[in-house]
Amino acid sequence: MFPIEVTELRKNYGDLKAVDGISFNVKEGEVFGLLGPNGAGKTTTIEIMEGLRERDGGDVKILGLDPWKKGYELHKKIGVIPQEFTFIEKTTPNEAIKYYADLFNVKVNPDEILKDVLLEESSKTYFEELSGGQKRKTGLALSLVNSPELLFLDEPTTGLDPNARRAIWEVIRGLKKKGKTIILTTHYLDEAQQLSDRVAIMDHGKIVASGTTAEIIQKHGSGEQIEIYGNEKLAEYIRGNTELQVNYDKNRNLITIPLKKKIDALAALAAAEQSGIDWGQIQTRQDSLDDVFIKLVSEPLDEQGGRGVNQNTRKKGFLDD
Amino acid sequence: MISGKRILADFKVYSRGFLRNKFGLFFGLIFPVILIMIFGAIFSGGGSGTIYVYAQNHDDGNVSAQYLSAINSTKTLQVITIDNSVNFTEYMAQNSIENGLVIPNDFSSNYAFRQPVNLTIYTNPSGSTGGTVLGVIGAVNNQFNLNAFGGFTLISISQKTVGSQESYIDYLVPGLIGFAILVNPMFSLVEISSMYKKNKLFKQLSLTPLTKMEWLTSKILWYIVLSAASFLLMTAVGVALFGANINLTVWLIPFLIIGPMLFASLGMLIGTVTKNPETAGVIGNVVTFPMMFLSGTFFPIAFMPEYLQTFAHILPLFYVVEGLNNVMVYQNYTGAVIDLAVITVITVVVFILAVKLFKWRED
Ligand SMILES: Nc1ncnc2c1ncn2[C@@H]1O[C@H](COP(=O)(O)OP(=O)(O)OP(=O)(O)O)[C@@H](O)[C@H]1O
Ligand SMILES: [Mg+2]
Repeated sequence: MFPIEVTELRKNYGDLKAVDGISFNVKEGEVFGLLGPNGAGKTTTIEIMEGLRERDGGDVKILGLDPWKKGYELHKKIGVIPQEFTFIEKTTPNEAIKYYADLFNVKVNPDEILKDVLLEESSKTYFEELSGGQKRKTGLALSLVNSPELLFLDEPTTGLDPNARRAIWEVIRGLKKKGKTIILTTHYLDEAQQLSDRVAIMDHGKIVASGTTAEIIQKHGSGEQIEIYGNEKLAEYIRGNTELQVNYDKNRNLITIPLKKKIDALAALAAAEQSGIDWGQIQTRQDSLDDVFIKLVSEPLDEQGGRGVNQNTRKKGFLDD
Repeated sequence: MISGKRILADFKVYSRGFLRNKFGLFFGLIFPVILIMIFGAIFSGGGSGTIYVYAQNHDDGNVSAQYLSAINSTKTLQVITIDNSVNFTEYMAQNSIENGLVIPNDFSSNYAFRQPVNLTIYTNPSGSTGGTVLGVIGAVNNQFNLNAFGGFTLISISQKTVGSQESYIDYLVPGLIGFAILVNPMFSLVEISSMYKKNKLFKQLSLTPLTKMEWLTSKILWYIVLSAASFLLMTAVGVALFGANINLTVWLIPFLIIGPMLFASLGMLIGTVTKNPETAGVIGNVVTFPMMFLSGTFFPIAFMPEYLQTFAHILPLFYVVEGLNNVMVYQNYTGAVIDLAVITVITVVVFILAVKLFKWRED
């Protein structure tokens, strides 16, 4: 049994398939990243797993429990940061932690938790007066009060400054060390790469890729390529004098050559040198998770440079007028 | 299943938040007291409560003096004597005086010899006090007529009248306590239950072991505490400042408990069944305002037209105020028990509805 087992999960809002038959498992002690553009269905999926929304189809078992029917039992064992965390206005983080501790009937040291999430300085400030990032940290602090074995973190670092983000990363790594299972969503791909053992990329309610980030890049990425800044003549020259596949991006003056073998780079450079044409910067690079993500979840740019029409949420012809 | 510890934890957080909010504190505790002070000052004792009668006394005997002081001793009218040399009707017109009395020069002598004597009374037909003046002077006349022939009073009055200026404050205190019992829990619960739904705080709380029943219970407890504090303050002010005659017994306790319970539940019910805080606010006002004014809070409902009195009987607050009056003013405990029974039934229904219809989470 996995702590999280999701099979063919579906959720509709009217005609909109917010979650469209997704399946995945999360292993014990694993950090699982759920990625995807706005409206992909991440929060819907997470809240179904938390027992906050009812599913329309499929099967979900969280710690062996049906989250909608056994929510009350489940909630004692999980910690949650909702995407839009709010709290009672005239309550300080310190009091909030004590309140949760009383509700969960556990003993905690508020100062310790506040220190972990870098919130000691504001521990006596009313919630309504906290900054956006401090509010999120309060949310994280509260999700830890009941020492949950499973955590759901919906965009835990959105709106945080770089230091605070790294501090939260440390908290998450610490939790992972303690063997907690964590599912997190984020729009920061570096964060997903840094923290997650595995990720799933969602788009339009479907999972379009999943695995470790290396696996996803391997499978959906372009592989290594050499990039040379130069003019179209140079591109033509290399194309004419090597066996290589040469792509040219007019707007950026960028020649891109996929490398089947490392040695192909040498051939490309030799041809460039031979041409006598000037060139600028040279580099080899591999598709990052960002590149793969953009390939997987976005439609091709149209002539005007706008995004293609999304059949789910926009009407056809929307961009024409 | 229900945990006192969780209720207490929620109570602590909520009451602390309430006390930190100066605005809420003002409206919750101070405002009703201010109302008592304002209404008490307007309607009790001196000032506008007394009717003035301007008198010209052409008689120099001592009977007319006794007569005028008899009028003064009714406390309803106050005689102001003006000089005999002025033209009375002109004087009245110039000074916009509503009520006047002229005593002829043969008053004392005629009275002594049991001869008829005629007084002239001026009243303004469009004024509101003429009837009272005629009534009071007529009563004084009867007294003097009886005395003249050695008669004695068969039917006497002991003053315990309904609606007199002295006892208005007695009604005002229970009325405004009812006002406080209504307004505080009602407005607060409408607001927070619709706000917490909108900003998803309820969803968050549903992730803790706190149940919706416990949540509502802690709010009710707080408003019972607040109503009790309000009750003590208002009673103290009513008694100390205006000499209100109030009967304090344990019979008040059930009203101070069930009242806040009723209106907190009703507020939550409104916040729950409405789509957003704006609609909730409007519906809340539509339900609250008629109750606030037509339940006998600021004046006894007997002062209202009949159809409004009938309407008052469908307002839950009416039974709270009537019950408080039955205990505090009339000491009519049978009536109080009936009122209590009515609000208990309404409260149980509203409480159950509120908890049942209330959604922690969406579907
Ligand atoms: N309560 C709801 N009623 C109607 N539609 C909803 C509701 N909740 C979500 N949706 C729709 O479902 C889709 C998925 O929303 P969801 O919040 O799960 O996206 P998300 O991946 O979390 O996006 P984001 O990155 O912006 O948080 C969206 O198109 C959204 O409009
Ligand atoms: Mg989301």
